[in-house]
Amino acid sequence: MRYLPNSPRSRAEMLRTLGHSSIEELFSQIPEQIRFQGRLDLPGPLSEQEILEFFRQAASQSTSEYASLLGAGAYSHFRPAAVDALLSRGEFFTAYTPYQAELAQGTLQAMFEFQTLVAQLTGMEVSNASLYDGSTATTEAVLMALRLTRRNRVVVARTLHPEYREVMATYLRHLGTEVTEVPYSPAGQLDIAALKKALTAETAVVVVQSPNFLGVIERFGEVAELVHRSGALLVVTVTEPLSLAVVKPPAEADIICGEAQSFGVPVAFGGPYVGFLATRDKFVRQMPGRLVGQTVDTQGRRGFVLTLATREQHIRREKATSNICTNQSLCALAATIYLCLLGKQGLKTLAEHNLAQAHYAASRLATVPGACVPFASPFFNEFVVKAPGNAEVLLRDLRQEKILGGVNLERFYPELRDHLLVCVTETVNKAALDRMVRVYKEFSGQKQARAAASHPVGQEKA
Amino acid sequence: MYPEEFQYTKDHEWIRVDGDTGTIGITDHAQKELGDIVYVELPKSGDAVTAAETFGTVESVKAVSEIYSPVTGEVTAVNNKLQEHPELLNSDPHAGAWLIRVHLSEPQEVEKLMSSEQYEAYIREAESQ
Amino acid sequence: MKEHPRHARPHITRDENLIFERSSPGKCGVDLPEPEVPAASAADLLGGDLYRDDIPGFPEVSELEVIRHFTRLSTWNYGVDTGLYPLGSCTMKYNPRINEVVARLDGLATDHPYAPAELTQGCLKVLHDTARCLAEITGMDAVSLQPAAGAQGELSGILMIQACLADRGDPRKYILIPDSAHGTNPASVTTSGYQVRNLKSDAHGCIDLAELDRAMTEEVAGLMLTNPNTLGIFEVRIREICELVHRKGGLVYMDGANMNALVGVARPADFGADVMHLNLHKTFTTPHGGGGPGSGPVAVRKILEPYLPSPMVVRAPDGSYALDYNRPKSIGRVRAFYGNFGMAVRALAFIAANGSEGLLQSTRDAVLNANYVMRRLQDLYDLPYNEPCMHECVLSDRRQAARGVHTIDIAKRLIDYGFHPYTTAFPLIVPGAMMIEPTESASKEELDEFIEAMRAVAEEVEEDPEFVLKAPHSTRVSRLDEATAARKPILRWKP
Repeated sequence: MRYLPNSPRSRAEMLRTLGHSSIEELFSQIPEQIRFQGRLDLPGPLSEQEILEFFRQAASQSTSEYASLLGAGAYSHFRPAAVDALLSRGEFFTAYTPYQAELAQGTLQAMFEFQTLVAQLTGMEVSNASLYDGSTATTEAVLMALRLTRRNRVVVARTLHPEYREVMATYLRHLGTEVTEVPYSPAGQLDIAALKKALTAETAVVVVQSPNFLGVIERFGEVAELVHRSGALLVVTVTEPLSLAVVKPPAEADIICGEAQSFGVPVAFGGPYVGFLATRDKFVRQMPGRLVGQTVDTQGRRGFVLTLATREQHIRREKATSNICTNQSLCALAATIYLCLLGKQGLKTLAEHNLAQAHYAASRLATVPGACVPFASPFFNEFVVKAPGNAEVLLRDLRQEKILGGVNLERFYPELRDHLLVCVTETVNKAALDRMVRVYKEFSGQKQARAAASHPVGQEKA
Repeated sequence: MYPEEFQYTKDHEWIRVDGDTGTIGITDHAQKELGDIVYVELPKSGDAVTAAETFGTVESVKAVSEIYSPVTGEVTAVNNKLQEHPELLNSDPHAGAWLIRVHLSEPQEVEKLMSSEQYEAYIREAESQ
Repeated sequence: MKEHPRHARPHITRDENLIFERSSPGKCGVDLPEPEVPAASAADLLGGDLYRDDIPGFPEVSELEVIRHFTRLSTWNYGVDTGLYPLGSCTMKYNPRINEVVARLDGLATDHPYAPAELTQGCLKVLHDTARCLAEITGMDAVSLQPAAGAQGELSGILMIQACLADRGDPRKYILIPDSAHGTNPASVTTSGYQVRNLKSDAHGCIDLAELDRAMTEEVAGLMLTNPNTLGIFEVRIREICELVHRKGGLVYMDGANMNALVGVARPADFGADVMHLNLHKTFTTPHGGGGPGSGPVAVRKILEPYLPSPMVVRAPDGSYALDYNRPKSIGRVRAFYGNFGMAVRALAFIAANGSEGLLQSTRDAVLNANYVMRRLQDLYDLPYNEPCMHECVLSDRRQAARGVHTIDIAKRLIDYGFHPYTTAFPLIVPGAMMIEPTESASKEELDEFIEAMRAVAEEVEEDPEFVLKAPHSTRVSRLDEATAARKPILRWKP
């Protein structure tokens, strides 16, 4: 009961003021038959020390000792100490949505800065104040494009994050919207010929992720031309926005959206994260989510307010642009602080560091007999490697060496059997990368030894 | 306050008929109820409008209001000034801030609308409730 | 005496430029380690057409400048830590510090969602335990923590109703929503593909059974209601309401936004709700964060369990936890991964800190506080529905409006007295609504101060309405021009 400030005496006084003799009377409007009579079967009450012990116990059954090469939409990056120090200010994290602007200038100005940073990074004209995560931001971008074009077909790259595609399907299933998937080319990029075939006069939007789920950076020149010629809009999703520090954002896109977790938000087993959505000025009234705008007070001083709120559910109700109510303010604040700390130079240096590490790892793995990097396209910090044998067995061997070796792609792409998606950020050191390569080599060697034992020499397959 | 040459609807639109053309706007009462108007969405020339059906929206900071057409017909002109200067609807609702002009296809519909006197009585009654 | 330079202002009102305006080339707030791998040229690796050389306008500031910038910004905010935050419908209660500590523990804050289940048993256990606690509190049979916020919980729940009715061969077309509902309700229903039919409340602000009986046709899939409703009133005939909907082949969705009035006192499954969401950021003390992250777990009765979002965390007979993706009837995913895990950690910490008794006492205090405020203000402020309230009460500005002062003006004046305002202008069925939710985190002493402030404002309205209309008088900025912000939106900084 340490959180409750009322003393038994205060409670008694308040009840007396209300003319009640017991607290039960305040609940008398709830019919007796539906009152809960028992005791809830819940843990606790626990002291603070016991809570800490409980969660430390849970935290110990984790992968915190492992070097992680997992990415696929959730990226481990170093978080400078200043991020949490500032997020922990109660004025930020215990405040609500800034409806009363005079009491929330801190949150409002920070969100205005977030919108500016996202616009700068994506090269777009305007950004909202964040959405739940990358998967819902992509879905909201598609819904926005359906409204803008008044068409009802969606074309989506098969290399869009598989879980993002699932979320989109959940939202679109009930609108009678047809979704066509476009496969990837042998180089791992969007298959242009297939895109041409998929586009019709009813196509509202084409969604492409870059770097895509296979780590490959897409080229948008021809894609955008095809999309726009058919009268559709181009949505580009970015799950690893650190890439935008060294990879040009596609200027041809109509909406660039995605996940900003990389910027100072912990991986935390999948959430909370922070989605973003940026677009052109002319589309702003069809944007979902909160927007902060600059204005002046009665004395002419600069200040910030939530604006264009008539798009939103609390005013337009069933006609709103989205059912979303909250944004992801605290995570967007983390991203804002992170981006300010790294700044122009820091972000670029970090991106180059990721790029160099990933390319080092890829080139070393490519030398392992039986392994290869199948997609010959530019990549950022994530790439596909074909394992020299059964990928599950290899992953287990890597785990023995305290390495989480990547995502087995067969789970999402049955044709990519024994292919791993490997992500290398600055959180993995060179020693771990070299250890990984050694495990690959040993695995490959064992496999060849096994093969040699069971087959006469000279009959092995390549 | 409310021009005698206009006819009025219960949804607070006015129409001024000249021959077979009607000019449509929202009333001073409507703009006061909405407060500072920040955005107007209007149809295009050539679009059809139907009596008692919505043809656009007016937005204030915290409200959206549908605009209903007093008559049926085809839009012949749209007041484009309002895109840049929606605040005209607050300062000059009965003249400079007209919304659309319509070629009337059912001129007799106007007869069912209220006169200025009836409209003034109507809003007095609404306010007293 | 020399005049002070014009930019010198007291700390609380001092100007803090945008971070972009503090930027100067060559500064950086971090020093990054040298990479151990051979350096590689990004321009060469990516090729000239892909390589980006510069992010125009991006800030360049030192670490100290970042700390000062955001610390100053924070001082212009008001949070629960600052004082009473009686924002109705939002349940602004204390956010325990231990929650923040445990959510940041290595392992819980760092495990990857695609790490193997056998190595992430700790995280899976937290998800499983949290879901089990929420099922116990609501009386429901199963819970998914996947929805990212309340509105997504609503959407998930409505989609499950749709899937269940479709399986019965009759998906139907409409969902009934009372006119007092939160705006997300109709918006979520529309997103689901159902259409909204509004239900007019009766003279007590509750659902009108006769009206419901008429509206509940064979085309109606169900009723979406909030209980206690947005007036803070418990739907006394809730059992009959749910029975009626069920009898006519529909299902009942309960918006759990106001669950803070019921924990330990009544369980929605026991009075007939089939599916509901909970707002972990309201009832279960995960921080509001200036507007998110929320978390909107959805809880269902057995009949809807097959339709819950995929995957679900399951526990094997040997006690180990796993993710179950084999859910052929599921509505699918509503977001990537498994929901806002970090919020589940905090909610579980809150539940465990309180236990059954602590949660019940919290509910009682929340209800006591709201009734206390209502009864001590009803002589000066209009009380449109004079019923006993639950965790929040709704007054109106009817008397003050006669002097030209409205709910928003009274709210702004409260700021000068050191309080965060109540919720203004909601629910929509009360003109000039003032919705007050003190929560259990307010002490009697603080409530007395709040009540005195409200009473003082009521007097000021009589004596000097102009002064109230110009409030707040004590903040860094005075009232802001929202009309200009919306007419000519400036949504980003430009050099």
